[in-house]
Amino acid sequence: MSFMALVARDMRLATRAGGGAFLALAFFAMTATLVPLGIGAELRLLSAVAAGIVWVCAVLAALLSLDRLFQADFEDGSLDVLALGPLPLESIAAAKIAAHWLVTGLPLTIVSPMIALLFSLPGRGYSALAAALAIGTPAVSAIGAIGASLTISIRRGGLILPFIVMPLLAPIVIFGAGAVRAAIDGLASGALLFLAATSLAAVLLSPFAAAAGLRLNLGA
Amino acid sequence: MFELANPKRFMDVSRPALPWLAVAAAILIPVGLYLALFVVPPERQQGDTVRIMFLHVPAAWVAMMAYALMAVCSLLGLVNRHPVADVAAREAAPLGALFTVLALVTGSLWGRPMWGAWWVWDARLTSFLLLLFLYLGYIALWSAIEDETRAARAAAILAIVGAVNLPVVKFSVDWWNTLHQGESIFRTGGPAIASVFLWPLFIMAGGYTALFATLWIIRIRTAILQRTVRARLGAETGR
Repeated sequence: MSFMALVARDMRLATRAGGGAFLALAFFAMTATLVPLGIGAELRLLSAVAAGIVWVCAVLAALLSLDRLFQADFEDGSLDVLALGPLPLESIAAAKIAAHWLVTGLPLTIVSPMIALLFSLPGRGYSALAAALAIGTPAVSAIGAIGASLTISIRRGGLILPFIVMPLLAPIVIFGAGAVRAAIDGLASGALLFLAATSLAAVLLSPFAAAAGLRLNLGA
Repeated sequence: MFELANPKRFMDVSRPALPWLAVAAAILIPVGLYLALFVVPPERQQGDTVRIMFLHVPAAWVAMMAYALMAVCSLLGLVNRHPVADVAAREAAPLGALFTVLALVTGSLWGRPMWGAWWVWDARLTSFLLLLFLYLGYIALWSAIEDETRAARAAAILAIVGAVNLPVVKFSVDWWNTLHQGESIFRTGGPAIASVFLWPLFIMAGGYTALFATLWIIRIRTAILQRTVRARLGAETGR
């Protein structure tokens, strides 16, 4: 199976019935809805926290679907078949990361300005928010894939995965939300560049770590 | 160092080293505490609260050292398949977490009179909180995977990924904090430390390190003995 074929297969699986790609979007919208219910409806307060809320909810929504990234294929044996094929495990991991981003990170990025609108994010923040999410969410999928590969054999992996991945995602959230706030305040800030650097490094290195995680679980 | 990878060899070498380390910890920590609590004069700005520093700073040092040791042992275990290295990495984690908690609690106790709050989202406090979560995630991953070799290798990968990521986390948290508190009233650095403060600090750091080494070696030895017992019991019942 070629790289593109694997990406296409995973996207089809995720978007068809039971795949749960749209559940991540729904989760994103629902958690964002809970925030004003919790902290009050005052628009000035909401607009101050908008960037942070959108980022935190987006990361949580992306993490929600990550525990099944390799697990379904691991359980029904298709991962063994893929591992026997010509594609190295590193490329398999990269393809799965790409597919996960295309069905969660990208839709989250597209929907995020609408959620931000509900929080009355100041006008200068929207383009920065969309850019930061577009740059940062691939890193969430990539770093999350490491956690997914390590927890593949754990039945309650869905609980452990966010626990081991979240501390590693702190820089993404910091730079991502920081870039939006800097744009709103009209400050020059390197946040977007730092975010891009972190994200590129994560996307580049994660497939190797994830492949190592897969390998130890596939080995006899 | 590589010959320590043999469990038998490790047991032989660590047995005579253990009492020395334990005695060093038992002497250095009381001496350091006595100096810190009774000999050191109150600091001009911080008053008597400066004494917390002697418990706090060495704990933070040992907490970071423990993560570095854990990552190095993980690398040795993963690359060279040294059985003792896996055990050493696993046994360093709870101790590292403990020292991280000690650093956070003493920092919080110090922060209450100095900053007027139990918790402040200061860059150092925040990065230490994240370090604690890394430790806890590592321990959780170890205990969640039943097969011991798989658990060791999965945890080793996590420890190494964490070690690569830690500088980025530290940098981002520093950056985040300076963005928000440009005109900070908090003085994390304080004035240059006088030698009267420095000596007790070094003695405490030595004591903490000896304590960590003692507990670490005891934990590794216990784990190796436990494994031996289990293997022998298994062999007997199998017969």
